[in-house]
Amino acid sequence: MAIKRFPIEAGHIMMFARSIGDPNPIYCDSDYAATTSVGSVIAPPTFVQASAQYDDSYPLRPRIGEPWFGSGRTATGLTPKAEPTQSTDTAPLAELAAPTGGRSTGGNGGVLHAEQHYEYHRPLRADDVLVATTMPGKSWEKEGRRGGSLSFSESITEYRTEGGELVVTARSVGVRTGVVVKQEG
Amino acid sequence: MKLSVATVAIGDTYEAVVADNLSRTQIVMYAGTSGDYNPLHTDDLFAREVAGYPGVFAHGMLTMGMTGRAVTDWVGDGNLTKFGVRFSRQVWPGDTLTTTLRVDSVTADSAATLVDIHVSTRNQNGEEVVVGSATARVH
Repeated sequence: MAIKRFPIEAGHIMMFARSIGDPNPIYCDSDYAATTSVGSVIAPPTFVQASAQYDDSYPLRPRIGEPWFGSGRTATGLTPKAEPTQSTDTAPLAELAAPTGGRSTGGNGGVLHAEQHYEYHRPLRADDVLVATTMPGKSWEKEGRRGGSLSFSESITEYRTEGGELVVTARSVGVRTGVVVKQEG
Repeated sequence: MKLSVATVAIGDTYEAVVADNLSRTQIVMYAGTSGDYNPLHTDDLFAREVAGYPGVFAHGMLTMGMTGRAVTDWVGDGNLTKFGVRFSRQVWPGDTLTTTLRVDSVTADSAATLVDIHVSTRNQNGEEVVVGSATARVH
């Protein structure tokens, strides 16, 4: 994943803060922010995740004119044999497997979001413009509790200003659940 | 009450309800702002019939975002230097989530005083949904 331009817009920050249920005026009120030690509107700690909006190749966004794997007339917009959209990028992909009886993929190509870590080099401010580059990190295997192997892999994303100043480093851990082979006899 | 360098001590705790009866609409709002439109989170028909889940469930990153509100409310704006979590359990519509924070260490050098904080968010059944840590400057 590479994002050439991720403009940090005040309106986007306001809506993002609402969506995580955070009424802190530092995220929406520039007059208030000017009276604080921070000095201006900043973004909440997980805001860089919204860089997906600016990722041209992001797989979990419907594309104009292309079939979408969510429901329309039927439960999925893809033909039954088609594979759901796959991605090798683990960054914002979904979630843990269903507790029981569920299939674990659900459109994520089997990659589940296991961990997310951020390092903040300075507050991210409205009107910053970032560039994001992602590189692979470590990868490792682990035995699953119910048999089968789990493949973990990290990806590291650096969010820098166009001038090269590092603002946020994000480390995402994805896990791909191996096919559980646990047959009797 | 916010953490302050004058009073901070190992073992200090903070607790806040970060989601009360989480609505499907809140999950839709998060899909819209984050850009993660995975239908697992917003499309109940897809979640049940194609993916085999009981229904839609929250983005892990929504739970982390709501947890982050408790963290920044406690440490103050612009003070966070690190924040990380592991997703341990799914969050469903109707869940009520409570975040508990605890100061694990306090370190000071000439530049700043830093606190390491244990972060845990649990649902209404007491089950942990995310667990992690945060580091912040205190003034």
